Amino acid sequence: MKEELIISGRMNPRIDPELAIWHWEIPFYLFVGGLAAGILFFASFYYLRGKANEMPNTVKWAPLLAPILLIAGLGALFLDLNHKLYFWQLYTTIKLQSPMSWGAWTLLVITPLSLLWCFSYLSELFPKWNWKQKTLSRFETYLVGKRKILAWIMVFFSVILGIYTGILLSAFNARPLWNTSILGPLFLTSGLSAGAAFILLISKNNFEKQLFRKIDLIIIGVELFFIIHMFMGFLASTQVQIDAAKLFLGGDYTLPFWIFVVFLGMIVPALLEYLEMKGQKIPSYIPAILVIFGSLMLRFIIVNAGQVSRYLY
Amino acid sequence: MRYAMAIDTRKCVGCSDCVVACQIENKVPEGFCRDWVVEATSGTYPKLELEIRSERCNQCGNAPCVRCCPTGSSFYADGGIVLVDPDKCIGCGACIASCPYDARYVHPEGFVDKCTFCIQRVRKGQRPACVEVCPTNCMYFGDLDDPNSEVSIKLKERKHKTLIPEAGTDPHLYFLI
Repeated sequence: MKEELIISGRMNPRIDPELAIWHWEIPFYLFVGGLAAGILFFASFYYLRGKANEMPNTVKWAPLLAPILLIAGLGALFLDLNHKLYFWQLYTTIKLQSPMSWGAWTLLVITPLSLLWCFSYLSELFPKWNWKQKTLSRFETYLVGKRKILAWIMVFFSVILGIYTGILLSAFNARPLWNTSILGPLFLTSGLSAGAAFILLISKNNFEKQLFRKIDLIIIGVELFFIIHMFMGFLASTQVQIDAAKLFLGGDYTLPFWIFVVFLGMIVPALLEYLEMKGQKIPSYIPAILVIFGSLMLRFIIVNAGQVSRYLY
Repeated sequence: MRYAMAIDTRKCVGCSDCVVACQIENKVPEGFCRDWVVEATSGTYPKLELEIRSERCNQCGNAPCVRCCPTGSSFYADGGIVLVDPDKCIGCGACIASCPYDARYVHPEGFVDKCTFCIQRVRKGQRPACVEVCPTNCMYFGDLDDPNSEVSIKLKERKHKTLIPEAGTDPHLYFLI
């Protein structure tokens, strides 16, 4: 028997009895950041492949959501800060060892970039759009000519954004559940999968739909592999990581994780997408919404469970 | 110069005087504490072993809080003491999530706060408040680089351990066992 008790009555708010420093704001931000990363990645990738006109929903329509998501995410991050008026201190330093620092800088690049991208397509998407000022209209023409450069920067920063949402957590070695480098690629694939699902949701174009069903199926396969790999890694590691894995293998998070994230968020939509590809009539918004929901649940469950997993006591 | 603290688990009676002294010296807000006392029981009745430890920030040599802080608000001050600069802290909680000892908390004013080894006293040549008031004299403080400091002498004389060294934090809070 081994029992450790704090006898001096420590009850620091949000630290005891177990860590609860991050509430809905962080997982919400990780979700919208990942989704925006997925949308912007596909938009810039297919633009660079010269498919802008063949795949208008991917390249032109879907990105309209990205700046909204990013600004909502930034809003959530701001709400999460406890010393709010000092937030600008983030932009006085670049600290490479701190993922939160280079993540903040990445957001500073990709949020305006996504706005510029949407800006360059406004007149094309909404023919009745009228820039009342000439400078704005001239700026739009200028941006249209610079789309290729924008796309190259965006393809790079969208991957960084997608990976960063996972690495942010894996840098904390005090929380054994987060302390695995596979969280970076796992969150990136989950973001890409949610991005693909969003394009499926809004697309009316059959070519695009078939392509994104295929892409989503492959990404879900890779994601499942990462999840299995993550648990293999934990179970072959130290006691604290075995305990972290047990939260999902019989512990408190078993049902929510396997039902909402893996079964409803990955296996069911993958099956539906496969059947659709084979010609079965299934409303394509069902798998798309399930994938996006699974991606949201993954963030909430990993952020909450990670705060429970620990070294001491 | 490298400040460290050693606590004799065989002399500590768990009275929590160190906790109260810290709260008064550092004006710790009500409901919070920078140090705390842990009672660890192991074995099977009637062969039980008891270890009492007065714990606080481990003033790590490889501090995850300093590494994860996005603004550089958490930093190494003189003698390796890890401090928080409230004017740079945004209260994001990264350092709190990164600390395996759960030694930090959010001050009601918004910035993150923790044990400072009473640096305001140490700079004047005094010992930290918790060490000063301990009624059993079970706590030792000093410079590890000075072989004649009380902490260096105790660590030479006695078997000791640190908490969670496997987290790779290089802690500087020693427990004499």
